[in-house]
Amino acid sequence: MNNKQSWIDQRFPLTKVINEHLAEYYTPRNFNFWYFFGGLAVVMLIMQLVTGIFLTMHYKPDAEYAFASVEYIMRDVEWGWFIRYMHSTGASAFFVIIYLHMMRALLYGSYKGPRELIWILGMVLYILLLAEAFMGYVLPWGQMSFWGAQVIISLFGSVPIVGPDLLIWILGDYAVGDATLNRFFSLHVVVIPLILVVLVFLHIVALHHVGSNNPDGIEIKKNKDADGIPKDGIPFHPYFTIKDSVVVVGFLWIFCAVVFYAPALNGYFLEAPNFIEANPLKTPEHIAPLWYLTPYYSVLRAIPPLFGSQFPGVLGMFAALGVFFLLPWLDRSPVKSIRYRSPIYKWILGAFVVSFIMLGWLGVQPVTPLYVLLARIFTTLYFSFFILMPWFSTLGKTKEVPERVTG
Amino acid sequence: MSEQTIDLKKRRFLTKATSVVGAVGVGFAAWPFLSTWKPSAKAKAAGAPIDVDISKLEAGQLVRVLWRKKPVWIFKRDEKALESLDSEDLIKSLDDPDGTGNSKNQQPNYVTSNFRAIKNKETVAVIVGVCTHLGCSPTYRPEPGAADLGGDSWKGGFYCPCHGSKFDLAGRVYAGVPAPTNLVIPPYQYVTDSLIRIGVDQQKT
Repeated sequence: MNNKQSWIDQRFPLTKVINEHLAEYYTPRNFNFWYFFGGLAVVMLIMQLVTGIFLTMHYKPDAEYAFASVEYIMRDVEWGWFIRYMHSTGASAFFVIIYLHMMRALLYGSYKGPRELIWILGMVLYILLLAEAFMGYVLPWGQMSFWGAQVIISLFGSVPIVGPDLLIWILGDYAVGDATLNRFFSLHVVVIPLILVVLVFLHIVALHHVGSNNPDGIEIKKNKDADGIPKDGIPFHPYFTIKDSVVVVGFLWIFCAVVFYAPALNGYFLEAPNFIEANPLKTPEHIAPLWYLTPYYSVLRAIPPLFGSQFPGVLGMFAALGVFFLLPWLDRSPVKSIRYRSPIYKWILGAFVVSFIMLGWLGVQPVTPLYVLLARIFTTLYFSFFILMPWFSTLGKTKEVPERVTG
Repeated sequence: MSEQTIDLKKRRFLTKATSVVGAVGVGFAAWPFLSTWKPSAKAKAAGAPIDVDISKLEAGQLVRVLWRKKPVWIFKRDEKALESLDSEDLIKSLDDPDGTGNSKNQQPNYVTSNFRAIKNKETVAVIVGVCTHLGCSPTYRPEPGAADLGGDSWKGGFYCPCHGSKFDLAGRVYAGVPAPTNLVIPPYQYVTDSLIRIGVDQQKT
């Protein structure tokens, strides 16, 4: 074993890599529930890659055959329904995990220095994942695939001056059609997954360079023992690899329950009109994107057209995503963790989470005057959270942060 | 003459010049790849005009046809509907009733301003059924006073289920909805009294 290992180590830094990222990567010992989701996100990425590869073996990216080929996977391919439902449920599960993962960063200030770059890489990953999920939803070529694509791609047509040409360039035709489907297939299956894998790698390398944050929001590297090992750190392997594998089993248990018993989850994971083939002549009665996109969709609907153009709404929608990037510089609180922040900050963060969830809920509702008013109120609250953060993050009295981790 | 000294200024200049030339090269090389995303020759050729027979179209009835992959509605309005399109009551709730403002370029110049149809053929409307907001196809709701669309203030028209835009029976947009302009009227002409050709402008008479 040692001979083999040293033979490899002379040619490739195997032991060094294993130690740096697993056996000698010191992780804060006070990790809680919120710290499961990074690892789970990696599990989901692998599951989506594997199920996706197998779906690609049976799927046909052609407007003539796409819908039928998905039905073929569901009915005629042995266990095809299982792979397909794993992939479609996996997409939603991935977002549940990512939203909780992001919530963790908000709670414990994980985006604050020195982890700004981890946060930015994470945000790029999140936006790419939204694009990946959107394009994936187009592929089955059902009614929601078609009309969802129609609405989202139309957003680019509202860009002043270049909009109409840009729209045709993205579509590859004068309307959503075979050309659009085919290029989305390429992006969904090759381009974006490749970038995702590279960025996940960079996200983890950056994390392991600065070290993990923890629920107390203190740097464990500031308290090292004589050997240079953080006093509050324990090696990632075996401690957290074992703990995380228990979490993965628990997660898969819930995941399988959905895959086997409620794969469409009452229209939240797969919408009913998507079981009808795309029809360019008829828009479904009620059209809404899948739940993970709805907060931004609500922002889009909340902003009225200005100067005869819907571009302001489109800008608002992208601003709602883009403003997350600025978080490390907007937050001027001296402490990271919610445990030591001022009471007023806790209330405001709570209001933000409620706004985000409410915008998400409104995004699946039909348009009524009351809902438009509510969407405008919550959109204002949403943006206020970011715009006013430099001010309110310094308000009130913070608690004293301990030297060593607690609990 | 010292051969040992390095001219850093020259080196920096050469580095920058090489980078710029390289970037231009990358730009040129990217062009063919980005161009593949433009509509192909085949897609461009598929936009030919279509003929629609309207001899069996009855008042209130709407047919949908595909023209350049977009839904086009052809529907017949009765006298009552035409009257309401001309009424002050409706016009004041529209964003651009005569198509001279935001909706200036949404119709050919040979359609009349209030009914948005070819003169003397006002009962038959030809409209591209694509919402000017984000491209959904609005639902045909010709019945005046529909309770879910505002009751008495609803004069009949089209309702977009995606974002709630409303249009009247001439495709004119109501004020205060997400859609910024009236629906598009495609170029069309009457080949005979009962045959409409969509995609070709009316000949000048």
